[in-house]
Amino acid sequence: MLGNDFIDPDEPLNAAESGAIEEALLAASSGRMQRPAEVLSFDELLAGDQRIEPRDEMPEAYRKTLIRQIAQHAHSEIIGMQPEGNWISRAPSLRRKAILMAKVQDEAGHGLYLYSAAETLGIDRAELLDMLHSGKQKYSSIFNYPTLTWADNGAIGWLVDGAAIMNQVPLCRCSYGPYARAMIRVCKEESFHQRQGFEILWTLMRGTAAQQEMAQDAVNRWWWPALMMFGPPDTGEAATPGGHTEQSMAWGIKRFSNDALRQKFVDMSVPQAQKIGLTLPDPDLRPNEETGHWDFGVIDWSELWRVIKGDGACNAERIEHRVRAHNEGAWVREAANAYAARQTGAPHDEYVA
Amino acid sequence: MSTPAVKGSASERSWPLWEVFVRGKRGLSHVHVGSLHAPDAEMALRNGRDVYTRRQEGVSLWVVRSTDITASSPDERDSFFDPAADKVYRHPTFYEVPEDVEYL
Repeated sequence: MLGNDFIDPDEPLNAAESGAIEEALLAASSGRMQRPAEVLSFDELLAGDQRIEPRDEMPEAYRKTLIRQIAQHAHSEIIGMQPEGNWISRAPSLRRKAILMAKVQDEAGHGLYLYSAAETLGIDRAELLDMLHSGKQKYSSIFNYPTLTWADNGAIGWLVDGAAIMNQVPLCRCSYGPYARAMIRVCKEESFHQRQGFEILWTLMRGTAAQQEMAQDAVNRWWWPALMMFGPPDTGEAATPGGHTEQSMAWGIKRFSNDALRQKFVDMSVPQAQKIGLTLPDPDLRPNEETGHWDFGVIDWSELWRVIKGDGACNAERIEHRVRAHNEGAWVREAANAYAARQTGAPHDEYVA
Repeated sequence: MSTPAVKGSASERSWPLWEVFVRGKRGLSHVHVGSLHAPDAEMALRNGRDVYTRRQEGVSLWVVRSTDITASSPDERDSFFDPAADKVYRHPTFYEVPEDVEYL
């Protein structure tokens, strides 16, 4: 299996555009032209902040950690289609409906970019889906909360996707090339998700008293779970002993600690909430002049562990729905197979542009 | 959590992997963007459109079965690309010419 090179559309697309030829000429003229880069070891590549590519040698533990993390990420994207998919048929206008469908389709796409990245590590997508369906691999706990009102779609876009972006932007520089490239693409698309969520809440807060109340209620329910998306704290009682943070940082998979990202998210969200006219449900939220950050209240970590262990409102429902959708699609996949088998032998020339 | 029953025959699970290449705009080469599973080339093209060009990222798509690609090995990189290493005279700047010569 080969890499999946996600290309930033603003990046130069070939050597002529990128100036690589000029660089080579310059190197040649200055006598810097050397033997091609010698084969660097895994550790040397990491030390030089270089990317590891699929066919490079890598420690087994690095490969396994990446498979687990990318798979969990991919599963989260496709399970994440459900809470909002629940509202497609009841979106308040055609405009909102079209936007929501595009967003849910994006989540499917993000799942596919990530499964594709995971497959470069030598695992098959079917195996990963099996592990999701059997509960052997997890997805983000945030999707085990229900979407009770239309305003939840706003809160998810603004807070949940906002927190996801905060987590994901550093992954664009992750040491594993295919994962980093997938994340560049995901992050670009997430930005529309966050803005449409902000706009839903902004609109509701400029509506009737009932609409304002609905927006506030949604934010009350999603704020704390969004803060938990950054994972357990780095220190203190609630920190997980033997967590992966330190090793993942050494491997260049993780770039910032959970608490650092969480603080960044709080600092970003408070002024946005003020602009929309929403109150964040934390009486301890106040600016700290010394640190320049917003202090926030104590997170109830027992809730996170409860939901992770399967006691969230929607854990069973999400997996059941996922398996049902998979099974109900089986005849379509069989039909596509039968069609493909009948076409075998047809010339493929017509596909080359 | 109880394990829900998952249906799926072996053939349905073994759709081949395709590598997808996108021409971003006229004048540029096709560039590899990722991979996907599909039962045949036509479906791979359609899925490739849906997965990789939802925001007009391309004007042309190629799909190639992953198994049809032969790649050089990173282990041999040194010796494989070695022949180009000592031929600096292949670059125009290797040649010294008087400074006042134009159009050279």
